[in-house]
Amino acid sequence: MRHVISVTVENKPGVLAHISSLFAARGYSIDSLAVGETEDPATSRMTIVTHGDDQIIEQITKQLRKLISTLKVQDLGETEFIERDLVIVKVNAATGKRGEIIEIAQIFRGNIIDVGQKDLVVELSGQENKIQAFIDLLRPYGIKELARTGSIAMARGAK
Amino acid sequence: MKHVISVTVENKPGVLAHISSLFAARGYGIDSLAVGETEDPATSRMTIVTHGDDQIIEQITKQLRKLISTLKVQDLGETEYIERDLVLVKVNVASGKRGEILEIAQIFRGNIVDVGLKDLVVELSGHESKILAFIELLKPYGIKELVRTGSIAMARGAK
Amino acid sequence: MRKIGADIFVDALVKEGVEYIFGIPGAVIIPLFDKLLDSPVKLVLTRHEQGAGHAADGYARASGKVGVCIATSGPGATNLVTAIATANFDSVPIVAITGQVRTPLIGNDAFQEADMTGITRTITKHNFLVKDVCDLPRVLKEAFHIARTGRPGPVLVDLPMDVSLGQCDLDYPDTVNLPGYKPNYKGNDRQIKLAAEAINASKRPVLYVGGGVIISESAPEVFELATKASIPVTTTLLGLGAFPETHPLALKMLGMHGTAYANYAVTESDLVIAVGARFDDRVTGRLDAFAPEAKVIHIDIDPTSISKNIRVDIPVVGDAKGSLQALLPLVRQATHPEWLEKIDNWKKQHPLVYKPCGLKPQYVVEQIYEATKGEAVITTEVGQNQMWAAQWFKYSRPRQFISSGGLGTMGFGLPAAIGAQFARPDAVVFDIAGDGSIQMNIQELATAVKYKLPVNIAILNNGFLGMVRQWQELFYRKRYSGTILGDANPDFVKVAEAYGADGIRVTTRDEVRPAIERAIASPRPVILDFAVESEENVFPMVPAGEAINKMMGGMA
Repeated sequence: MRHVISVTVENKPGVLAHISSLFAARGYSIDSLAVGETEDPATSRMTIVTHGDDQIIEQITKQLRKLISTLKVQDLGETEFIERDLVIVKVNAATGKRGEIIEIAQIFRGNIIDVGQKDLVVELSGQENKIQAFIDLLRPYGIKELARTGSIAMARGAK
Repeated sequence: MKHVISVTVENKPGVLAHISSLFAARGYGIDSLAVGETEDPATSRMTIVTHGDDQIIEQITKQLRKLISTLKVQDLGETEYIERDLVLVKVNVASGKRGEILEIAQIFRGNIVDVGLKDLVVELSGHESKILAFIELLKPYGIKELVRTGSIAMARGAK
Repeated sequence: MRKIGADIFVDALVKEGVEYIFGIPGAVIIPLFDKLLDSPVKLVLTRHEQGAGHAADGYARASGKVGVCIATSGPGATNLVTAIATANFDSVPIVAITGQVRTPLIGNDAFQEADMTGITRTITKHNFLVKDVCDLPRVLKEAFHIARTGRPGPVLVDLPMDVSLGQCDLDYPDTVNLPGYKPNYKGNDRQIKLAAEAINASKRPVLYVGGGVIISESAPEVFELATKASIPVTTTLLGLGAFPETHPLALKMLGMHGTAYANYAVTESDLVIAVGARFDDRVTGRLDAFAPEAKVIHIDIDPTSISKNIRVDIPVVGDAKGSLQALLPLVRQATHPEWLEKIDNWKKQHPLVYKPCGLKPQYVVEQIYEATKGEAVITTEVGQNQMWAAQWFKYSRPRQFISSGGLGTMGFGLPAAIGAQFARPDAVVFDIAGDGSIQMNIQELATAVKYKLPVNIAILNNGFLGMVRQWQELFYRKRYSGTILGDANPDFVKVAEAYGADGIRVTTRDEVRPAIERAIASPRPVILDFAVESEENVFPMVPAGEAINKMMGGMA
């Protein structure tokens, strides 16, 4: 089962290596990982999307909590949460097809952020399944390049 | 100097550990890192924001290329590029302040994605500088929680 | 006075109460060795860095204090890796100091450079690369704190030469600030209450006790619990000594080479109370057949150990000592006459046995027990020697049995014996070894001679890598691939003499006891070369992956 785990860590060199080595050494999978600073420059927050049965997820969260540099580990699978992923896609836009692509982007409330002679770059944020549907619709036109942040997430309501 | 490096890698366990260990082992800092699948499920794309002088950045890109599991390494500092970061911010809403916060969100074209009794969650995507400005403006209201994807990036124009 | 990094380092050792530091110098750590010369910390110069690491480990296990070892950058540091991994697996507090090339050279493939924080990332409790001399006091303080608290373990501090030489006037801190590290010492009251209720309701309880009991000094609490509620006690390899094996409630070791009665008791038990143990595969055998009728209580300070291999019904996350102290008043006295009678019958029907003919390795271990009145500190190598040492000596005190359990490191016993002898200068120390294992760190004989340590090395010399040979005999139709040593073993008596130690060869049963007495009486290190029966097997044995009540061999 897919799980989103939020990890607050000390913003120090080597912490990401430590966490990703832990996943690698123990054979846990990482479907996506996003890490950025928080409002406090001394801490970073990682959002890790992984999958596994309950026992594996339990081990992952325990192993993460055990690390010296982790401040907080939250398995968001246990609560209601907001999730957002961000993608930018460079898609082929042959003459005659440009209108169609712009229409798809509008339906998904995506933004056109670059226009080339033969391509368009579209930015879209949303839940993972929305991003996936968007990518699938663009695929027939020819995707030249695609970058995704991976999910970030936050529990809903009162903390 | 800030550099954005895009690394396409084989989507295999341990690759992230290998790359982040490489940074840690050689003492290179990682300011942010985002990794997600690309249009091809066999590959992932990492966007790493790092800093250092030209020589260090050159070493980093060389070392990254040397790894068996990297498919493509691009230092976007060498070209014009589009960069996007995504943030979710849970901000305090004291009585009478809701209107002000909604206005700030609108100016930045952010989306309100959750409304609580005493807080709002705002989603915003954009260039890092825009995100930072947005966070600064929200700080006085009290930020309860904040999570960022870290930047993803893509070269502009023809590949 | 302006302090340099090397002063800060020595100052930290003194403040942490370090008596001995085990190691070998090299280019980038000359500044540290220079300052050690004038300090009260005694340097023990080993002959290989692996020996230094295991000696620090043996010192830590025998004393309960943090062991410290030091090695230079590159090969010196990588030679420590096996010792660090050994300590990590068995939760031994050591601080390993490695030299590193100057900071501007790091990552540049400099001479004798190795990425020690990367290499040891998954085999240390934590590690540090110090890049600023003013971080050094804090890092060393944190290193000792992390090594000795919670579930103990090795911490590596990688120290570039320019950091050792850099100046900083900061003092050694009194406190640590580690927001991400808060070991949980106190078990949850509600869970402890549930555990007590389960114990009070149990008809066939078994205590399954591991190294955590020894680490947390909670053998007295285990004894009280066992005797109060009449609970038989089995221990893991690392738990040997946590409960006196001379006591009627003792079941000795369980698992692959455990006693039949311990394995039967666990299999038929209705409640397994695991304390400071981690359900290792050598203990559990086939998982679905392990304690099939039992509820499981698991007391452990490390939450990752709980429900890792075995689903636990009542987890108690906390230090064994505090948790047992909270548990004891809630546990009612009980007698369990039927259960204990059943176990006594198993003990009578299936004792540990060997055929008393020729020169048997089991007999040698028994005689070491008799000659030392059960008081010796025993270290072991790994393989048959380790299992016979576990089976045929009756351990009665914590820190009496010192062995590489989790990693299973051959070459551990001699350097560990050296470390243990430093920790316990008045104790009689025996390394029970094999002819294969002893050759993996035999150079440390020079260390024992140099420091006049009366360690005794009992080589159970069968001319084979015996445990592998046993598996080949039982499961590979006696195809002895790569296990024959006897055709090229050295003359161990001459080896001992060449190093300036004593050597005694023993070829008959009658010579065993006098030779052991002579070794104990000698003020020098002694090698006892016992020419034991070459194809003797360790029994009973649970084949790998089989249920633990399905044992082969050794049943009377």
